[in-house]
Amino acid sequence: MTQFMRHLLFALFCWLSLAAHAAVDPALVKQLAAEESEDKIAAIQKIAQTADPDAAKLLQSLDEGTLKDAKGEDITINNRVRGELASALAALRLFDPDRAVRFKAARELAASADVAIAPLLAKARDKEGDGQIKALLAEAHALATLKDPDMNVRIAAAKALATSTDPNTRTLLKAMTEPANEAESLVRRAAFASYIEVKDRLTIGENVGKIFSGLSLGSILLLAALGLAITYGVMGVINMAHGELLMIGAYATYAVQGVFRNYVPAWLDWYVLAAIPVAFFAAALVGVVLERTVIRWLYGRPLETLLATWGLSLMLIQAARLIFGAQNVELANPSWMSGGLEVIPGLMLPANRLVIVGFALFVLALVWVLMNRTRLGMFVRAVTQNRPMAGCVGVPTSRIDTVAFALGAGIAGLGGVALSQIANVGPDMGQGYIVDSFMVVVLGGVGQLAGAVWAALGLGIVTKFLEGWAGAVVAKIVVLVFIIVFIQKRPQGLFALKGRFVEN
Amino acid sequence: MQRRNFIKALTLSVSLAAAGVTSFSAHAADTIKVGILHSLSGTMAISETALKETALMAIEEINAKGGVLGKKLEPVVVDPASNWPLFAEKARGLLTQDKVAAVFGCWTSVSRKSVNPVFKELNGLLFYPVQYEGEELEKNVFYTGAAPNQQAIPAVEYLMSKDGGSAKRWVLLGTDYVYPRTTNKILRAFLKSKGIADADIMEEYTPFGHSDYQTIIAKIKKFAAEGKKTAVVSTINGDSNVPFYKELGNAGLKATDVPVVAFSVGEEELRGVDTKPLVGHLAAWNYFQSIKNPENDKFIKMYRDWAKKQKLPKAESVVTNDPMEATYIGIHMWAQAVEKAKSTDVDKVIAAMGGQTVKAPSGFLAKMDEKNHHLHKPVFIGEVKADGQFNVVWKTKGPVKAAPWSPYIPGNDKKKGEPEGK
Repeated sequence: MTQFMRHLLFALFCWLSLAAHAAVDPALVKQLAAEESEDKIAAIQKIAQTADPDAAKLLQSLDEGTLKDAKGEDITINNRVRGELASALAALRLFDPDRAVRFKAARELAASADVAIAPLLAKARDKEGDGQIKALLAEAHALATLKDPDMNVRIAAAKALATSTDPNTRTLLKAMTEPANEAESLVRRAAFASYIEVKDRLTIGENVGKIFSGLSLGSILLLAALGLAITYGVMGVINMAHGELLMIGAYATYAVQGVFRNYVPAWLDWYVLAAIPVAFFAAALVGVVLERTVIRWLYGRPLETLLATWGLSLMLIQAARLIFGAQNVELANPSWMSGGLEVIPGLMLPANRLVIVGFALFVLALVWVLMNRTRLGMFVRAVTQNRPMAGCVGVPTSRIDTVAFALGAGIAGLGGVALSQIANVGPDMGQGYIVDSFMVVVLGGVGQLAGAVWAALGLGIVTKFLEGWAGAVVAKIVVLVFIIVFIQKRPQGLFALKGRFVEN
Repeated sequence: MQRRNFIKALTLSVSLAAAGVTSFSAHAADTIKVGILHSLSGTMAISETALKETALMAIEEINAKGGVLGKKLEPVVVDPASNWPLFAEKARGLLTQDKVAAVFGCWTSVSRKSVNPVFKELNGLLFYPVQYEGEELEKNVFYTGAAPNQQAIPAVEYLMSKDGGSAKRWVLLGTDYVYPRTTNKILRAFLKSKGIADADIMEEYTPFGHSDYQTIIAKIKKFAAEGKKTAVVSTINGDSNVPFYKELGNAGLKATDVPVVAFSVGEEELRGVDTKPLVGHLAAWNYFQSIKNPENDKFIKMYRDWAKKQKLPKAESVVTNDPMEATYIGIHMWAQAVEKAKSTDVDKVIAAMGGQTVKAPSGFLAKMDEKNHHLHKPVFIGEVKADGQFNVVWKTKGPVKAAPWSPYIPGNDKKKGEPEGK
């Protein structure tokens, strides 16, 4: 019985799918399921030429992998077929009433236009009302006619390509400036002028991209180190468990994600925002506990503090292993943090990194205001500069110690939120950041925040330029060597505190 | 008084516990112990944890059918924590204290290199389930993963073919350790033999656990834009793959423009990644979960049931992959060899291993080569689908014999296809 039902359903399905594509030659539809890529591509091109509205739907379902063959199995395609399919679909969509669809199609063709569709592109270009799409189509048309036998057409094409932002166009134009590829000197000259223009535009994009990736790394270093700049830099506690406070922030984010997934799935995209206060208070709470139970008994004894906090870090790692398991946990980027943003032509900046740079600025502003514009901040500064004097004028020094340590821990928790969006979250994730954090604080100069900011940004940009030049492994070594030499020459760091309050 | 009572109670319970341990070890005499040596924490846990589960599942399956030589198998699981020297320490512990008959374990080549001397010294037996760089043939190791000619070379040949996109420029990207370095040395020699100039090959390495791939992706983009079709061969290992693929998706580097073929990324590693922007990127393996045949259906179902029973995290979405299949094959082959040798003695089992066959979930008969300690395996190349599974776009007609000594490395033609001192 079930067997029969299945057959019936299948027959029905076949009939339906045939009916859906009735306008397209069934032989061609069948050919889409062919074994050889050549046959598939031939069928795609023929279907695309029919310019039927059903053709677009059919090809779309092939692209999405939902098209079935006669046996009811998905028709699979490989990259070669997928590339052809993308061009064919883009060509079909050039006259779509939706502006966004047309724009996407024009973008696709501006990168890979073929001579066969040049007339189509010309038609679409002349018909197009939207300026931006028109420009893209003009580029696509120029790309398609770059090898035209008519010299004047080639010159026009080379000139039109001057506005291109595609790196492949740069290569094509460069090839055209060589006599071996292009016989006519007039065309060569036009191509050269366009090549210079495209090259300059792309070079700007590449350099801005490099600086941005440096800024992005710098902002991550800053977020990781800012909490330490308070606990170590201002209070003088060598906190080896700092990395684990980052980890707690990241796991708090993970927990918030779980809560959102289970209770308010509709708001899942905004879990990161909700995680910010949660991570801050979770890490701050752990900070309070650490300070009250262990660290306060060890003020002024750096070696013991170092050992005790290192032990605490091991305990926290093990605790995370027991609660969340030893494996990395999975954190999904919310949709507004995935993908990229084209800031200037040819330069795609990943959304998650842009958000993190903004977040670093926010945290920095928060810390600055707290330390310089609030009574609490004034107390913290007073206690760290001259503890007995602050006590004499009525500052509750021991409570201020706790609050300041909690603040540093909470800021580390915020760093953890940011890290959870770009790095792997696991029990020992903090170990990877502890060295970097100390590097930033020591380089910047112990005792103040501005140094940490400049050190983080500087290290980020220097690391990224070194990576581009010598690779990630060498870059890491060079940076470490540089810091060792630097600290030898200038132990007080980039910015030293001056004045009579420095070190009693 | 109170305190004395407490001490008394403590001594009593300790002695009881000790008695429990002794009775337990007396019981253990009629089981056969096997060691499982996979990182359950650290950077490699993402890949290796599933192998531990597969090994336990296969052991339970064998036990359910009556065990080996009439005895039950008793797994001893240790966690070397992605720490290479710790691998050697744990392996020594398994062989000398637990006296295991065989060890199933390791993923990275650096962990294997670190345990090799231990297995040699103590004459132990290691089953290594992951594709690797070759250039090694130990008497005490059976390699159930692929040698370069069963994975790397066919993958590169595919990308050079018309269907693969006729790639002319190559980016060799890897984690900085012995496997990627050696594989890329072989690939460079291979590409040169195919007429690819040095200027058209870019080699890049990142440390273990690296998480910032912005510069590298930007470099690949730039390299690819200098004309000629470019392909990327990725030998990135461990959890770095998650940020790498995230960045690749965010940067909008599409597979139709620059395909990335990975040798250490399978269904398991892609579980934590949004694969929609990655459609069309490739992986080369000897097994994919999406392969359809009755053996594979059985294998997938067995693992899903196991995950549910063990309450593994996200049990409803567990996947199977190539090294899991290789682990599964390895344990069954070892059990068959022990039955044939009628002993768990290492030398006798090694002699009995040659020629053993197992009906593998890949749909082919996996055969242990008579001499070279490697499996004859089919090669598949798959493209990532939107759901994180792979579409097989190319495969060999049948199993391929492994060539652990790659012919593209000078001097290898003189090396014998079997371990020394056998």
